[in-house]
Amino acid sequence: MSTDKDTRKNIRKLLRNPSAIYRRPGDLLFTFLVVTLGISIILLTLSMAFVLYGEGSAALREFGFFGFVRGTTWDPAVQLVFGAWPFLLGTVTTSVMALLISILPAIAVAIFTAEYAPRWLANIIDNLIQLIAAVPSVVIGIWGIFVLAPWLRDTVYLPVFMWAESSYPQLLPILGNPMGYGMTTATIVLALMIVPYTTALTKDAIRSVPQEQREACRALGATRWEVIRMAILPYARGGILAGAILSLGRAIGETMAVAMLIGNKNTLPFTIFGAGATMPSVIVNEFREAVESLHLSSLMAIGFTLFIIALIVNLFAAYLTRKFSIKGGQVI
Amino acid sequence: MYTNRIITTAIFMAFLSISCGNGDNGNGGSLPGSGGGSSAENRIDLLGAGATFPAPLITAMADEYRDLTNNRVTLNYQSIGSGGGIRQFMEQTVMFGMSEAFLSDEVMNNIQQSTGGRAFNMPITLADVVPTYNIPGIGEGVVFDGELLVEIYMGDVTRWNDPKIARLNPDLDLPGLPITVVHRSDGSGTTNVWTSFLSRVSERWRNRVGYATSVNWPVGIGGNGNEGVAGAVQNTPGAIGYNSFTYALLNDMSYGSVVNASGNVIEPSFEATSEAANIDLPEDTRVLFTNTPAEYGYPIAGFAWMLIYENLDANNAISNRREAEELIRFLIWSITDAQEMSESLGFARLPETALERNFAMIRQLKWNGELLGASLLEDHPLAASL
Amino acid sequence: MKTMLQRNIRDRFMEGLLVLSTIIVLLPLIIIIAHVIIHGIGALNWDFFTQELGSPSRALQGRPTGLVHTILGTLVVDFMALTIALPVGLGAGIMLSEYPDHKLNPVLRVMNDTLNGMPAILKGLLAFVLIVKPMGTFSGFSGGVALSFVMLPIIARTTESALMSIPWSIREAGLAIGLPRWRVVLSTVMPAARFGLVTGTLIAFARAAGEAAPLLFTSFGNNYLPNHWLGMILGPVDTLPQRLYSLAISPYSHWHNMGWAAAIVLLVFVMLTFATARFFTRQKF
Repeated sequence: MSTDKDTRKNIRKLLRNPSAIYRRPGDLLFTFLVVTLGISIILLTLSMAFVLYGEGSAALREFGFFGFVRGTTWDPAVQLVFGAWPFLLGTVTTSVMALLISILPAIAVAIFTAEYAPRWLANIIDNLIQLIAAVPSVVIGIWGIFVLAPWLRDTVYLPVFMWAESSYPQLLPILGNPMGYGMTTATIVLALMIVPYTTALTKDAIRSVPQEQREACRALGATRWEVIRMAILPYARGGILAGAILSLGRAIGETMAVAMLIGNKNTLPFTIFGAGATMPSVIVNEFREAVESLHLSSLMAIGFTLFIIALIVNLFAAYLTRKFSIKGGQVI
Repeated sequence: MYTNRIITTAIFMAFLSISCGNGDNGNGGSLPGSGGGSSAENRIDLLGAGATFPAPLITAMADEYRDLTNNRVTLNYQSIGSGGGIRQFMEQTVMFGMSEAFLSDEVMNNIQQSTGGRAFNMPITLADVVPTYNIPGIGEGVVFDGELLVEIYMGDVTRWNDPKIARLNPDLDLPGLPITVVHRSDGSGTTNVWTSFLSRVSERWRNRVGYATSVNWPVGIGGNGNEGVAGAVQNTPGAIGYNSFTYALLNDMSYGSVVNASGNVIEPSFEATSEAANIDLPEDTRVLFTNTPAEYGYPIAGFAWMLIYENLDANNAISNRREAEELIRFLIWSITDAQEMSESLGFARLPETALERNFAMIRQLKWNGELLGASLLEDHPLAASL
Repeated sequence: MKTMLQRNIRDRFMEGLLVLSTIIVLLPLIIIIAHVIIHGIGALNWDFFTQELGSPSRALQGRPTGLVHTILGTLVVDFMALTIALPVGLGAGIMLSEYPDHKLNPVLRVMNDTLNGMPAILKGLLAFVLIVKPMGTFSGFSGGVALSFVMLPIIARTTESALMSIPWSIREAGLAIGLPRWRVVLSTVMPAARFGLVTGTLIAFARAAGEAAPLLFTSFGNNYLPNHWLGMILGPVDTLPQRLYSLAISPYSHWHNMGWAAAIVLLVFVMLTFATARFFTRQKF
């Protein structure tokens, strides 16, 4: 390691003060090429922000950014008033709930594979978990439409609804219409889809806990679980947090499965079983449908808002990974 | 080192073979059983998009027309919704749009300014929307009138045994079930026809909700697509929704009859829908005939229009004269011979007045100033007789 | 102070809980795959792979209908995306790892991560504005560009970490025998990191191949094969994820069955890519 560091230092010194040998035309060309390609990614990301802002500017001008974000009416017919609040609320509710549902099982899987399971089993579980991230979201969507939503409606929503109707009718407005497609269904599917992200980062964090730490703890007579609770989890909390934030980012941006399952209702209030909408789902549903320029512009403005939120979440995750110096954690 | 090269080569070869193979298949696949007559160069791809409701008819027409022309003309129609049809027509990404709402004056003016020609709205088929419901113990034939539907969709009438419903259905024993209102949650031409009917019969609805492909609903739950509405209605005792007539027929849903402007109770049927359009049509056919004045017309019906530029050359999506010519040929065929396909697919036929107006518009279609439509219509038997 | 027995019981209890959690997480995956196969296998016949979709009345009247145009379109669009994304992603990855002192690197890293974290639907909107509008038509090319936006940041990221894993002494050795830097990177560092590079590319490919959202406004969809193979690039093209979506929300049960079959094909396609990627991860040298 140390020699590696030294060479790196030397090379850096050399690069800062390149001798004639590094100014060969081939090298100049190569550097130019590589840097151009790198810059093109920067430009692409920036152009995304500019394009979304530019296309959405008409709506943002009309309502003001905060007026747009806080507006609760989405009326593309009569008043032509567009507010993103219902979608913002839908996105935040479904993603945060999905994170809360998934985080404990996700951490448990990471602990189990890293600390308990034999190597072969850990490998299999690892692959399967990664596979969850690989299943296309439309495939999960079609399964949700034809299997999960009807099943949830018949075995969970309807019985709960009937029970509430007979014993606690005041609950009914909160529960909403149990038609199968709705906030809860979307949240459950989201929770499943983001598990791999938390698991991967948590596991990397657990792996990076020094072996000595575990041994020391064991030597004090701790049980396996106590080792995990006292010597590993506190150490890995950075990774867990970063993984959770990254998962949150995934949940916020997840589009197709949610659009297929959330029921698509653009007006507040959203209810537990009832239909709702998220920012990506409203873009999918209405982007090809929008006739009025202001409607289209408002959808782009939702895209811009989504960009800002995703940017904040990702910067926060990047900050955490840097702070806790987490390496790896690549999820497909 | 060698494995490296082998892998690289293999990936490269795989890519090559796929792209080449695709090229071959692309040609071979689209040529099943085509004899002479249509070599690859002669073939034409047409692109249209828009309303979901007429999609089964238009795509079936596309299938038929492809066989008819020996694979020479392929029409790709994507159902992206009426709003999408108008939008993509304006963006000039499609050769024609399709919509259950006609172009607004503002859009017509913009197009006039940007292309120097008009945009034509040509009726292709008719859309009819029926109230569907789920009332335990009661089958088809509950009678509604416009004002009642407005009050239900405004949330004023909340029980099925409301006297306003009972007045129209004296013979039925309606239960005291609460009414669950179901509407489309996505943008839809079906919603446009439905809300335009409600707007026409009620000033209150017009000022408060209006009509469009998606509106700000006062009450109710949303279902995505015809299916979503159908699902919600069928799963919820006491629900009322609205579906296109074809869809209700195909899925054995209970649907109601509606009282029309002349006071007749009209049971939905293809004839009643065609009859609804049998009115005095304006030149540009831009008219809503929901709540039709036709005496025996079904009141919740409207045209599905094909949107097309008068100056075909002004549309970016049409790149040459041949494409324009084939597009017009298809258009002529679709409003004449192809109307034979309507009933078997669950659509009402275009009435004669609409056909007349269409011919008049086709005669004005131009390619770089040349009256392409008129020359193509010249020897059409039907056009001559009208 | 708890007794040893209590502590041991607690230990066993937690172990049981961990196992249970793992099963709860993995069960849905197995159920999903099983359902997809059960529902879709019946519609996976010869016609499915050889016929075009056409109108829904084809299915209703029992005439042959299939998704050959969709499968071919998917391959074209996906590989087009890969050809666009690979050079740029590799370049950016090389910049991050081989020019660690470049002033733009921190910016590039943040921007790349941001792009990676962006919802795929926004990438579709971007490609719509940048390609579809100027081109005047929906096209396979614009779909490829949209998907390349999905692949790019993943390839850049994985390239960086694959190249970083090669010890600096290897570069030093190359430079010492007088090779120019570009030769050192291209013929020493990259071959040494080849498995990492292939894995990263495949992962990016698998990820993009399952995306439907960016394709809705770009490659648009088509019920037939284009008349000329160039139509796959310059005209609207069908792709599996987007077709799967429109089949699933259609009102025809025949199309639902086809949707399930399309789900099998898509799942197998993505999983094969994924498995290959995993295979390459295992290879050390």
